[in-house]
Amino acid sequence: MTETETELRVSKIKNGTVIDHVTAGEALRVLAILDIDGSGGETVSLGINVPSDRLGRKDIVKVEGRELSQGEVDVLSLIAPDATINIVREYEVVEKARVERPSDVRDVLQCPNSSCITNAGEPVITEFEVLDEGVRCRYCDTIIRDHLTDHIQT
Amino acid sequence: MRHDHVISAKQLSRADIEAVLDRAAEFAADPAAAGDRHPGALLALAFFEPSTRTKMSFETAAKRLGGDIIDMGPVEYSSVKKGETLADTMRVVEGYADAIVLRHPKEGAAKMASEFIDVPLLNGGDGAGQHPTQTLLDLFTIREAAGLDDLTIGIMGDLKYGRTVHSLAHALTNFDVRQHFISPESLRLPRSVRYDLHEEGAQVREHEEFEGLLSELDVLYVTRIQRERFPDEDEYREVAGQYQLDAETIAAENEDLVIMHPLPRVDEIAADVDELPGATYFEQAHNGVPVRMALLDMLL
Repeated sequence: MTETETELRVSKIKNGTVIDHVTAGEALRVLAILDIDGSGGETVSLGINVPSDRLGRKDIVKVEGRELSQGEVDVLSLIAPDATINIVREYEVVEKARVERPSDVRDVLQCPNSSCITNAGEPVITEFEVLDEGVRCRYCDTIIRDHLTDHIQT
Repeated sequence: MRHDHVISAKQLSRADIEAVLDRAAEFAADPAAAGDRHPGALLALAFFEPSTRTKMSFETAAKRLGGDIIDMGPVEYSSVKKGETLADTMRVVEGYADAIVLRHPKEGAAKMASEFIDVPLLNGGDGAGQHPTQTLLDLFTIREAAGLDDLTIGIMGDLKYGRTVHSLAHALTNFDVRQHFISPESLRLPRSVRYDLHEEGAQVREHEEFEGLLSELDVLYVTRIQRERFPDEDEYREVAGQYQLDAETIAAENEDLVIMHPLPRVDEIAADVDELPGATYFEQAHNGVPVRMALLDMLL
């Protein structure tokens, strides 16, 4: 199956973001990163376990009327390191980029350690070092390995 | 030493550690002779948790160097009670002193505080995180008693919440040391410390019992179960009193064993151990003065 045929499985969008080559099975987590649960009214299309030449299987997320912040891209890179991000305007891809694994993730995650100074009402921005597996709080050293999306700041 | 702040033992290289210990050895030989090193220097003590040894030995060290201290006093009489943030308190205190010692119940407090100030900050313990100046005096004590290379050490007790343990384990990776960790399963070293030890290629083994292990050790570092850090009292009671060392047990397994403890102790070392030649914990506490003198001498 070609990429073109795959793309046709989900509708084209006019303006917004297409996140392609997401690790198979992670599409719902991508929505969690983007804090999209349907209540905001965005039009969202999902492809899950779509055949892919490059990945075998992949997920695709299309979000109408939404472009991603750097913080969102940073967290996305941790759970979907192979993802490509296409910014679409008037049905055309105007910008295409691979996500890059950052060395740090700032002001995106909340430390799960309730005794961490970043959870104490101080004027401090959370900062996590990106490890080979997981991330580590630069303040209290707590390592998060799994379910990173559960720790996104609200 | 090239650091402006002393936040974590992880920042200390072998060369840093040896420089501090060598300077400390000079001060230990004649503490009263250093009175002209830093006349007029002022050290601020900001202790948000109780302390006897760390606070008093820093005070002694500052005065032995010719300086003096200013003390924030108990938290309940400070502006913290009015809701002042730690960041603001630190920015105020840095205007009063040449260096600050901070002890705080939150992990990462010293790192955060250091980002708001320019005077040197010494971490006097941040929650269950790090206690690097304790580690330097522990290393000084180990070096005097057993040497720091080709050493086998047991570290026993509350490895999860014990900040002196976390700092010591990190610092020992700079030396040729085999580390045996003895604790109940629920009080194992935190994942972050195990990760670092693995990354450093440290020689590490974990145990739940100390019986049968003492004969392999040069040094046994015992810690108190950190009752104040447990989320609930039931969890504490499950592990309290699990390890109790007495003179008879030590004499039977290894009469040359060097026994250390950062103090205070509760029931983990019986009083009869105090009489053994290897019991070094009071000397260890005394070593806080020359080691903290050395640190202040290098930072002020």
